[in-house]
Amino acid sequence: MTRELAHLSDEALVLLAARSEQTALGELYDRYGRPAYGLALRVLRDESLAEDAVQEAFLALWRTASRFVPERGKASTWILTLVHRRAVDLVRREERRRADALDDAHVPADSVGGADDEAWLRLQRERVQAALRQLPDQQREALELAYYGGFTQSELAERLGQPLGTIKTRMFTGLARLRVLLGDPGMETAWTSTS
Amino acid sequence: MDLHELTAAYALDALDAHEAREYEAHLSHCERCRDELSTLAEPATALAWGAEPATPPAALRGRIIEAAAAERANVVPLRRQRLFRATSAAAAVAACAAVGLGLWANSLHRSLHAARSAAASDARAVEILADPAARHIPVTGVHGMVAVDATGQGALMLKQLPAAPPGKTYEAWVIAPGGSPKPAGMFQGGGTMTVVRLQKAVPKGSTVAATMERAGGVDAPTEVPVFSARA
Repeated sequence: MTRELAHLSDEALVLLAARSEQTALGELYDRYGRPAYGLALRVLRDESLAEDAVQEAFLALWRTASRFVPERGKASTWILTLVHRRAVDLVRREERRRADALDDAHVPADSVGGADDEAWLRLQRERVQAALRQLPDQQREALELAYYGGFTQSELAERLGQPLGTIKTRMFTGLARLRVLLGDPGMETAWTSTS
Repeated sequence: MDLHELTAAYALDALDAHEAREYEAHLSHCERCRDELSTLAEPATALAWGAEPATPPAALRGRIIEAAAAERANVVPLRRQRLFRATSAAAAVAACAAVGLGLWANSLHRSLHAARSAAASDARAVEILADPAARHIPVTGVHGMVAVDATGQGALMLKQLPAAPPGKTYEAWVIAPGGSPKPAGMFQGGGTMTVVRLQKAVPKGSTVAATMERAGGVDAPTEVPVFSARA
């Protein structure tokens, strides 16, 4: 497969996608199709639903690319946000979510992407997982069940037998701490003073 | 329900549809929540990278492209339309893209300038770039600028432009107002700084752009620009 747009930035590709350049959409898919599909699979635990989520997310990108504002965030983040939202919608609709949302061990590791991409993705993954491991158990549980399990806060409260307020606090504190752990030390004091 | 408390759940996509709509309505007039969301959205989306990547079935790519094409089959790809707030950047790229895709000329002409001594060319380029009387215009797409001196001679300076892959070359173009793109030299990129002397004069109002082309160059751009500037 030739990647004739391989030299362009993600943001330039979104701009071209906004002008109906299909090759730009293809290049974005080549860059982020694997993390997108991996994320969808983690939430949905079903290959065909995961494909649906990825397809719908990339089509959402295609439809709304002209509204993308680079100053507000990276294109890669935006793509995965779209994928996550679609996956969560589908998992709730299908009610196919399994109880073992914390476990992603069944997803086989593979190494089909380019070596550079692969190394970068692995690094990102390790960074996030290391940060998650450092969270107190209850906060990690709340974040993982919400994000990877697709549970709503109310479902979480019920599942964990906790008041909704407690779940909200765990999610908030967990995210705030995750942000610090992921390398924004400047935020630490700000957060500890408000918590 | 205190809507202020829903920011974390919203960032995690952990609100049901009704709550999410209410929260979004609330966001439009609550600055505190917008600030908080911009802080919490980042670690929430970082979780996306924490999932194990997996290779989708090969057919998915084709299905997506096909569905995308079907949705906008009737759109002329490069019609004029206003996009983004960064209109100057978008417009420059779009204008170049329009030119690039509109012209697939295939004549035999090859730039004689390719044979020129690179060293001599660079020296002249540096002179133009350093000329205080020259106009200096930043390019969009990469870090760098175009300089055009009082006589219309131009040069490019590009910071950390990635090297062209084997078998490829960057080719610069000067597109005079109302004109077609004229080849203005080839360069390979790589290294910290790339300096290029433009081998065509740059009339005021021209677009200067560069595309990635096959080694040896082409007579008219076949690709969308890597970068461009309105000089």
